[in-house]
Amino acid sequence: MIGQSAIRKEGRAKVLGATQYTADVPVEGLWRGATVRSDVPRGILRGIHFGEGIPWSEFTVVTAADIPGKNRVASIVADQPFLVGIGEEVMHPEQPVVLLAHPDRYLLEAARKAVRLEIEPLPAIFDMEASLRQDELIYGTDNLLKEIRIAKGDPAPIWETAAFVIEGDYRTGAQEQLYLETQAILAFANTDENGLRITIQGSLQCPYYVHGAIAGLFELPADHVRVTALEMGGAFGGKEDYPSLIAGHAALLAWKSGHPVRIVYDREEDMAATTKRHPSRTHIKSAFDANGHLLALDVDFQLDGGAYATMSPVVLSRGTLHAAGVYRCPHVAIHGRALATNTPPPGAFRGFGAPQSLFAIERHMDICAQRMGMDPVELRRRNFLRLGDSMATGQVIREDLDLAGLMDRALVELDYDAKRKRFQTENAASPEVCRGVGFAVFMHGCGFTGSGEAKLASVAGLEALPDGRVSVLAASTEMGQGKHTVFAQVAAEALGLPIELVEVAPSDTSRVPNSGPTVASRSTMVVGKLIQDAAVAFRQGLIQQGLLHEPFTPEAFQAAVRAMLARSGSYKTYAQYHTPPQQKWDDTSYQGDAYPTFTWACYATQVAVDTVTWEVAVEDFVAVQEVGRVINPTLATGQVQGGVAQGIGFGLWEEVRMHNGRMANTQLTNYAIPTLADLPEIRVVFLENPHPAGPGGAKGLGELPMNGPAPALLNAVDFAVGPLRLDEVPMTPERLLDRAEEVARG
Amino acid sequence: MRGFLPAMELQRPASLSEALQMLAAHTGRPFAGGTDLMVVYNAGKLRETRFLDIARLPELQGIRETPEYLDLGALCTFTELLAHPAIHRHFPNLVKSAKATGALAIQNRGTLGGNIANASPAADTPPCLLAYGAELELVSPRGTRVVPYELFHQGYKVMDLAADELVTRIRVPKPSGTSVHYFRKVGTRQAQAIAKLSLALVAQVADGCVANLRIGLGAVAPAPVRACHAEAVLQGQPLANLPVAVALEALLADMSPIDDIRSTAHYRSIVTRNLLAQALRTLSATGN
Repeated sequence: MIGQSAIRKEGRAKVLGATQYTADVPVEGLWRGATVRSDVPRGILRGIHFGEGIPWSEFTVVTAADIPGKNRVASIVADQPFLVGIGEEVMHPEQPVVLLAHPDRYLLEAARKAVRLEIEPLPAIFDMEASLRQDELIYGTDNLLKEIRIAKGDPAPIWETAAFVIEGDYRTGAQEQLYLETQAILAFANTDENGLRITIQGSLQCPYYVHGAIAGLFELPADHVRVTALEMGGAFGGKEDYPSLIAGHAALLAWKSGHPVRIVYDREEDMAATTKRHPSRTHIKSAFDANGHLLALDVDFQLDGGAYATMSPVVLSRGTLHAAGVYRCPHVAIHGRALATNTPPPGAFRGFGAPQSLFAIERHMDICAQRMGMDPVELRRRNFLRLGDSMATGQVIREDLDLAGLMDRALVELDYDAKRKRFQTENAASPEVCRGVGFAVFMHGCGFTGSGEAKLASVAGLEALPDGRVSVLAASTEMGQGKHTVFAQVAAEALGLPIELVEVAPSDTSRVPNSGPTVASRSTMVVGKLIQDAAVAFRQGLIQQGLLHEPFTPEAFQAAVRAMLARSGSYKTYAQYHTPPQQKWDDTSYQGDAYPTFTWACYATQVAVDTVTWEVAVEDFVAVQEVGRVINPTLATGQVQGGVAQGIGFGLWEEVRMHNGRMANTQLTNYAIPTLADLPEIRVVFLENPHPAGPGGAKGLGELPMNGPAPALLNAVDFAVGPLRLDEVPMTPERLLDRAEEVARG
Repeated sequence: MRGFLPAMELQRPASLSEALQMLAAHTGRPFAGGTDLMVVYNAGKLRETRFLDIARLPELQGIRETPEYLDLGALCTFTELLAHPAIHRHFPNLVKSAKATGALAIQNRGTLGGNIANASPAADTPPCLLAYGAELELVSPRGTRVVPYELFHQGYKVMDLAADELVTRIRVPKPSGTSVHYFRKVGTRQAQAIAKLSLALVAQVADGCVANLRIGLGAVAPAPVRACHAEAVLQGQPLANLPVAVALEALLADMSPIDDIRSTAHYRSIVTRNLLAQALRTLSATGN
């Protein structure tokens, strides 16, 4: 089964339009929930006023004063309140303050507008510069949500002696995940003789995160909270932490009103209030010898973390751990900081800090090549990590890593050398449209960072079904990435069954163990491996009980399962994650194996820059990657193509425009994601190199494709119309025009 | 949806005369394709609550062709424009701009009259209608009048349209002789985008010189505008030696671009001039 393009388990229902998303689920006696938000970036809440003309007695109104348990969303740092209470500080302009529920959605909306918040304003800060200068102290003693240092060797003496010392500044903007299905949660609250029980269903990536948040909010025992992830229309990290907040809101309304409550954000609310990719700025100082060998690297990496810590500590961690790129370097200093601002907190988004720091280093490498008069291909070739090399944290490359081979393959696929020559000649005549080619070489760490997986100690399992089939038990969720199918393939392979005999159980905390959150490119590799182990145990159990004899037919297997159930009532096997003994990590010194393994890639692209309008057209895109073994080629290709499309949007068009801490372009007419008309054919090549960490040799794939497009595109644009100061994404036509004028002005 | 649907009232007049009476009695605002109104409603920003559904009025439908001009009903959808051979034959800029308007679903509902009377400075077809020298037929209970389209827009959402008047038909004269048609829209992306700016140019070539040149501009002024200053510089000039630099300078007087959510005043100013330069290169090439 592994290596075959099995058809999506849930694909038929989606194609036929039969899939029910959270907003579609029919619920008897349903009330709708809405959120009243602060409209100032910072201040003290002094009062809440309910306007005239609204039948308030029909409404359920929840404020912070109603909260029975802890008014903090369970997270890495529990600093974000579900609701701001009277006398408490409002930290950003989309902060939830009052919750309303009513059966009539139109009346609910009218009521939302009729609530007036009295907030005593405080001075606010909106960008990283102001936060670092501490124009206002808004968070802790230094406005730092998290600070990380990675040190290897000592760069200081190198700057004096190196043949080349080259510095650069780079910036990346916020980006909206733009899942097609907006955030949606359904909550039920029931009280029986044992007390209150809360049930949550919704569009959420991490059922056990929500489970923890609800248990804390109501101070309930774990078995009084049940969370189920329904089918999702995309997530991309945007439904990692924010659903905990919405689920808390919906649960509070359901509990107080006595009715099931559904909260569905419309696109504008979703864009304005929920998480985005962290904006970043990076300063890189690098030293090379006369032959272009990298001697020292000093990286100052900063993220705008918004008003609360949320996921910033771990996004910062991944960003800093990818900041040195795919290069061997004896002396490295990396300083990472996540800075507080009075803006809605950014959060997880495919790539999780890595697209930001990799943009900086991969753009920087091209600029260094320019400054040293070297070919960017050759400069990279001389500095690639290889077997036995150590990375910035001291992690030793233990795989037979061939980055030069990856790069060469991508360049051949693009016909890079011939195009370089041809475009150089053509561009010399200053045509209206100038063409360029560019590329980036990069990686992505698979699974949780550092000791994350060890702390999670995830569990997944298999369960016998009465008809002799098998069900996979895992909390991992299906958000369109194909987890149902891949899990079924992995189990089917290990059981020796056709995929039709393997079901995947709903991601329901009352039924499935905690296999961890559906994030960090970990589902296939980490959870898949657990499923594989549980499947082997499942099969062995049947054999040891004398119910199954190898070789067996699917019918014999089903008969054995039925016999097992007849004998013992139920039959389940589980496997739990254990860190491989050779993997060491120290959280305090940031030394050791940051990830069990990495995926590696080279993306190469051809662009056409229209110098009449400064629009950039992406004419060709080649994505070559090594992701261990590919489990489902069709799904994997789709993952890469989708990620590249998002990466192109990040690099060229998608701009979050902030005004006083608030997103100004919250509609699809003014936040431009690419359409098919904007995208070339995205050509995908997998070079397979099986890795023992994952099932059948698979590594994680989901995030990798996001990391490479932005620097590859800007490198190509620089070839077409440069050298220009192309140090920022999105490189919109407006910015590109400005950069061209800088050069024209001299 | 942030609008309050229970407060909305949509009436459907049975005839043009009934529609005009209702309009005169301030019974509601005309609602044709609704492609812009529904977006504003969805955002909770639609002030009016009463509307007249004029989408089925027969007098405002259909495309009639005469030897001199095309007479387009105000309710012509972009899809209908795109399906008509005479539009393709005589008005290639209208084809381009209709194709560049919204998504297919929008093209199926959105109407030419709505595109005009909605008066968005960023609408795609108005610069083309300006460059083709279109005229509008306006009807009220007081009678019918015809106004040149170039005089219709008078400021941001300000039109030569009385409260009791409807835009009923749009007449576009067919260009004669050797004509050059140029239209380019610069949006945030290649499809389903609202214009950052657009430029339409139509000219005839007579004895190697520019004749009947008209330029329409989108999204660089409070309303779609004609580039009269640039036109004046170019009118009658020999194709072999067009005063391009002077025309580009003159174009500055024709626009008043702003910074907004979609682009910057600077970008709009530079790129509109770049488009005119490109259009003039096309024009010169055609003459040779």
